[in-house]
Amino acid sequence: MRTLSDTARRMLSAPYLVWSILFIVAPMIFVAYYAFTDKSGAFSLANIQALPDYANVFGRSVWYSVIATLICFIIAYPLALCLAGMRENTQRTLIMLIMLPMWMSFLIRTYAWLCLLQDNGIINGWLEKIHLSSLHMINTPGAVILGMVYNYLPYMIVPLYNVLSKVDKSLLEASHDLGANGAQSLLRVTLPLSLPGIASGITMVFVPSISTFYISQKMSTGNISMIGDVIEQQFQSYYNYNMGAAISLVLMIAILVSMMVMRRFTDNNGEVVV
Amino acid sequence: MKQNRLIDLRNISVRLGGTQVLRDMSLYIRDKEFITLLGPSGCGKTTTLRLIAGFLQPDAGDILFNGKSVKSMPAHKRQVCTIFQRYALFPHLNVADNIAFGLRLQKKSKAEIAKTVDEMLSLVNLKSFADRAVASLSGGQQQRVAIARALAVKPQVLLLDEPLGALDLKLRKDMQLELKKIQRRMGVTFVYVTHDQEEALSMSDTVVVMDGGKIQQIGTPIDIYNEPKNAFVADFIGESNIVDGAMLSDCRVRFSGQEFVCLDKGFAKDESVDVVVRPEDVVVVAPEKGMLRGKVTTNTFKGVHFEMIVDIGGFLWMIQTTDYHPVGAVIGLVTPPDAIHVMKKSEYSGMFGDYTCFTEEYYELSEPEKEDGQ
Repeated sequence: MRTLSDTARRMLSAPYLVWSILFIVAPMIFVAYYAFTDKSGAFSLANIQALPDYANVFGRSVWYSVIATLICFIIAYPLALCLAGMRENTQRTLIMLIMLPMWMSFLIRTYAWLCLLQDNGIINGWLEKIHLSSLHMINTPGAVILGMVYNYLPYMIVPLYNVLSKVDKSLLEASHDLGANGAQSLLRVTLPLSLPGIASGITMVFVPSISTFYISQKMSTGNISMIGDVIEQQFQSYYNYNMGAAISLVLMIAILVSMMVMRRFTDNNGEVVV
Repeated sequence: MKQNRLIDLRNISVRLGGTQVLRDMSLYIRDKEFITLLGPSGCGKTTTLRLIAGFLQPDAGDILFNGKSVKSMPAHKRQVCTIFQRYALFPHLNVADNIAFGLRLQKKSKAEIAKTVDEMLSLVNLKSFADRAVASLSGGQQQRVAIARALAVKPQVLLLDEPLGALDLKLRKDMQLELKKIQRRMGVTFVYVTHDQEEALSMSDTVVVMDGGKIQQIGTPIDIYNEPKNAFVADFIGESNIVDGAMLSDCRVRFSGQEFVCLDKGFAKDESVDVVVRPEDVVVVAPEKGMLRGKVTTNTFKGVHFEMIVDIGGFLWMIQTTDYHPVGAVIGLVTPPDAIHVMKKSEYSGMFGDYTCFTEEYYELSEPEKEDGQ
């Protein structure tokens, strides 16, 4: 009986295993393979040695993603806190509204921002109408970060909302009861209890932000390139798979490290270990 | 007595989600008193506690602490602490940090905090548990941590919301004694909420019986048991045979077709009343010697006594004796004057009949109240 059910269980996981090997593990091996070979397929460290040339792009990517993640957190935390305190029906409606933009392709949403922010775009049109000088918004780091914040904000709100709505209300009452005012309760009870949500929110915003390419291309009309743009260029424009793979490898390692750091804040049950 | 009033609830009314939870309730609580709010679920006892804690505002009425209104004072400024039904310990803090929570907010020095935490841990016998995660503790231990955490901030009043509800019987008995001991030692006023009448009787100085958002009776446990004010109190506290009767004159009452001598006075002539006879106060005699005669319909051995249901002229009485009488036997019953308690008719009259459907009632009572999320 037991062996049968064991086999059955193994059979059940087989499709997932095959899938993982084909589409997750194998591509990673290919990336590593390309990174350490030249065009002819011979072993080479040339790509790795050329990496320092991209240090400033890489630095910019990290910097912009950190800022975007931080802004997302600052917007999302109070919002999620308010949401969690509302009536359940209101909560559901608002969460749906927050997710609503994601039903549209993010290409279209980014284009929409382009229309809004352009030098002769909609916002500047309004400013002119009320006789204010127009603003140069597109093509700035701010525009790129705005694009990232706008696109990835829901990924921050949802995990935060999930943990905050599960925080036992009686814990907050207990905290008030023991003499904590609102701010003290937030700092000493709510915040520590929401650490798992904060960690996953940060991961879910930071990882796509650091590897983004389309948003930065559009919002800076190609003038500010992020590491994702560079990788795309290597593959799409220069057909230099090896260089592209080498940069990807660095990015992958960076993401892996940041995810491992974040995981330290949550254990398997999603409970805080600190 | 008046200067002794620590908390004064005056004409409190509360509506929650369309239901009137408390109706014009007034109650005062004396300093260092162990007072229990007792009643079935939905009677408004927890609401009263939340009002005192400051988690809830009354729609009408006023709350006074030491003579000063605290109606608009937020919970964190009140000199009261709550023991929550499900303890509400902070899961991200260990035992010692949970206890130190309130002390840190009071900006006490490190040494002072350490000293108090130590004192509290020994008060609740958890000395060796200081560094344990709260999730690793048993229910009883978590309960002790909650008590230590609350007492650490030296509140004037401790509010306990069915604190022993989630514990098993044996542990509950131990904790009852321990809570009483702690209350005496610390000299703190305890306001205790429970639906368990035995718990209320054995622990309290004063019992407040509530139902339907109103106070039914306030008194010492002995008063409440021996002199219930109406049929609800008589039925809720202990077992009672409640029969219809008529007062013939002072100290003479008629029920079950017989005339009895009792100790109750001050009723109108022939006033119809509710008569309470506790099952343990009835004396069983030979049939021909009894004032009442009845047939035993069931007999259950309870250890200390036998619990019989006796059919007396169609009305089923519960009688507790130490002698065995087989089912079907006809027995005589004598009710001495002090076994009879006469009550004025109330809205509850007739709601609590005889023990016809006793088995179901008993089943319901012994079913432990389930807590969700446990």
